[in-house]
Amino acid sequence: MGWREKILKRSLWVYHLATGPCNNCDIEILDLLTPRHDVERFGIKLVGSVRHADVLLVTGIVNRKCVPRVLRIYEQMPAPKLVIAVGACPMGGCVFKGSYNQAGPLDKIIPVDLYIPGCPPKPEAIIAGIAKLLEKLK
Amino acid sequence: MAKAVIPIGPYHPLQEEPEHFLLTVEGEKVVDVEVHIGYNHRGIEKLAEHKSWQQVTFLVARICGICSTSHPIAYCNAVENLCRVEIPERAKYIRTLVGELERIHSHLLWLGLAGHFLGYNTVWMWVWKWREPVLDIFEALTGNRNHYDMLLPGGVRRDLNEEYFPWVRKELGELKKNLEMLSKAILDDPVIISRLKGIGVLTPEDVKNYGAVGPTARASGVKIDVRKDDPYAAYDLIQWEVATCENGDLLDKVVVRILEIFESIKMVEECMDALEKVKGEVMATIKEVPPGEGIGRHEAPRGETFHYVRSDGGSSPIRHKVRAPTYVNLPTCKATLPGSQLADAIIILASIDPCYCCTERVAVVSDKKKEYLTQEDLIKLSWEKTEKLRRKYGK
Amino acid sequence: MKEIKERLGDKLLKIYEHTPNRIYLDIKREDLKEVVEYFFLDRNLRFVTASGIDGRKEMEILYHFSEDSTGKIYSLRVKVPKDDLKIDSLTSLIKGAEFIEREIFEMLGIEFTGHPNLTRLLLAEDWPEGIYPLRRDEKGIRDLKERNWEKKNG
Ligand code: SF4
Repeated sequence: MGWREKILKRSLWVYHLATGPCNNCDIEILDLLTPRHDVERFGIKLVGSVRHADVLLVTGIVNRKCVPRVLRIYEQMPAPKLVIAVGACPMGGCVFKGSYNQAGPLDKIIPVDLYIPGCPPKPEAIIAGIAKLLEKLK
Repeated sequence: MAKAVIPIGPYHPLQEEPEHFLLTVEGEKVVDVEVHIGYNHRGIEKLAEHKSWQQVTFLVARICGICSTSHPIAYCNAVENLCRVEIPERAKYIRTLVGELERIHSHLLWLGLAGHFLGYNTVWMWVWKWREPVLDIFEALTGNRNHYDMLLPGGVRRDLNEEYFPWVRKELGELKKNLEMLSKAILDDPVIISRLKGIGVLTPEDVKNYGAVGPTARASGVKIDVRKDDPYAAYDLIQWEVATCENGDLLDKVVVRILEIFESIKMVEECMDALEKVKGEVMATIKEVPPGEGIGRHEAPRGETFHYVRSDGGSSPIRHKVRAPTYVNLPTCKATLPGSQLADAIIILASIDPCYCCTERVAVVSDKKKEYLTQEDLIKLSWEKTEKLRRKYGK
Repeated sequence: MKEIKERLGDKLLKIYEHTPNRIYLDIKREDLKEVVEYFFLDRNLRFVTASGIDGRKEMEILYHFSEDSTGKIYSLRVKVPKDDLKIDSLTSLIKGAEFIEREIFEMLGIEFTGHPNLTRLLLAEDWPEGIYPLRRDEKGIRDLKERNWEKKNG
């Protein structure tokens, strides 16, 4: 483990990006911050700007209007870049599969490190997913 | 004074969903606002034409995660209106119960976010903590925390397990106590009051002009509520009141929603009482959907949800129009924002409880008329302002 | 019902009651503004929304008005021929009609004369001109598979 990963592992800063979800996944992400799940005790923090983030949490089907923005946000993100796809939407489109406005799946547009399936995944599942990602970094 | 445009969004730390506002400001005062939507557009209306009547129920449930039972209720109402069928009584109560529980969870969610937008994170954390039991209730009764998928045209998919009812009553009782405490705390706090009172007033005339619905309209004293006006499900079988306020400012929007939560808790309890008595089927069969048109409505937490379906007698709708409440509530910011302070803008925008996923829609700044300020300009401006203040107060 | 019939006279082509609370009225395109004035101002109904439909032969727009005291919904049906896709905009009368008219414009390609800002509302900036997602003819999207992002970018 390099020193960079070591530092990264201690405290992941997360930026949340919605690209045409039904916002349920987004709510579950916000839910993570509130007292019952409180991920801040693991050092995970939601930040306001992607320039401070280590992890990009993407939800939604990646709609056409969002594609240029997603690419731009991905470019602005400092390396090492970790991308997590939350929910069934960024993976295959969920019920919206086949929509004319779907540009995804997400991994066609930016590289993805972790998929957390579910519609929506429970907050516990998201925590478990992030924990797995931390394992992977070793 | 020079005009400047401040873009908010599409990806803004204060918003969980992508939307884009262009605020034109003169100093600290907002003079105009432009809304761009569309970052959430998923083409649901088109997709619906490619799915069967039953499948569309699950599609519309995923229009929005917060109203994941409002859209199905409105859609099922539309199909049932088209086929002219009545659903069994037990199904009616179950629909009402799920609908009202959803209102509780949605209003709590908004209340928390409103606290967050005000910079009052304590409220956020409290309220979301109390929202968790409501989600637990959902998980126990329907099987999922968020997308419940309880409905189908003709009734509901599964019956509720009555064993849970005593526990649900207990949890709701606790929620009520907590809320009473919170509403006292909010309404006593001079800081919150001064940030909310008289800000972002929406007049009844504007309500009519923009066609605003739901708590946004009711806070301005316009007593419209589909549940009372055009009853469906079990809303005419139980006792309840429509909550309204007069002033139409932010404070009233908070008050209306808190009152509605109390009302909803009462309704859920009534539904549970009724469900213990009314037994029987929960599904009416719809053999085929005849050609024709149907309109269904539901009072979602944010206001009236409107669904229009047209059938040609086939296995899927040939047109399905969805009008979510935010679609009409959002333009009201054109009436409420101009003239307000920039610092209030976010909470005013949030006061309608916007749900862009429902609206399905929000841009790139490209206004030729107004210039864009660079960071240096802003720093210079702030220096000038500090200078001015210093001179004014003689320090 | 009677009152409406009397008031509108020959402007009303057809009136049809699906269920007691759902009333559909057919009117001519030229009379739209007048009829809407009657419903929106005189009868004081709430404008709910408009739905644009491609009815194969011609386009239809339904303007839904809700009477909140009785729970009735009046839907005004206006037919727009396909070779002349134009209709008067209601924005001068109803402010809340701005969004929906823009949406119908981009989804079906119907032009609203007198609309202050008839631009795209929902679709992406790079959406091809002249393709209207909700159309059923050759200008619409016939095959859902076709639309895909990769195809477009090669
Ligand atoms: S995966 Fe499901 S819950 Fe998540 S955004 Fe998509 S539709 Fe919504």
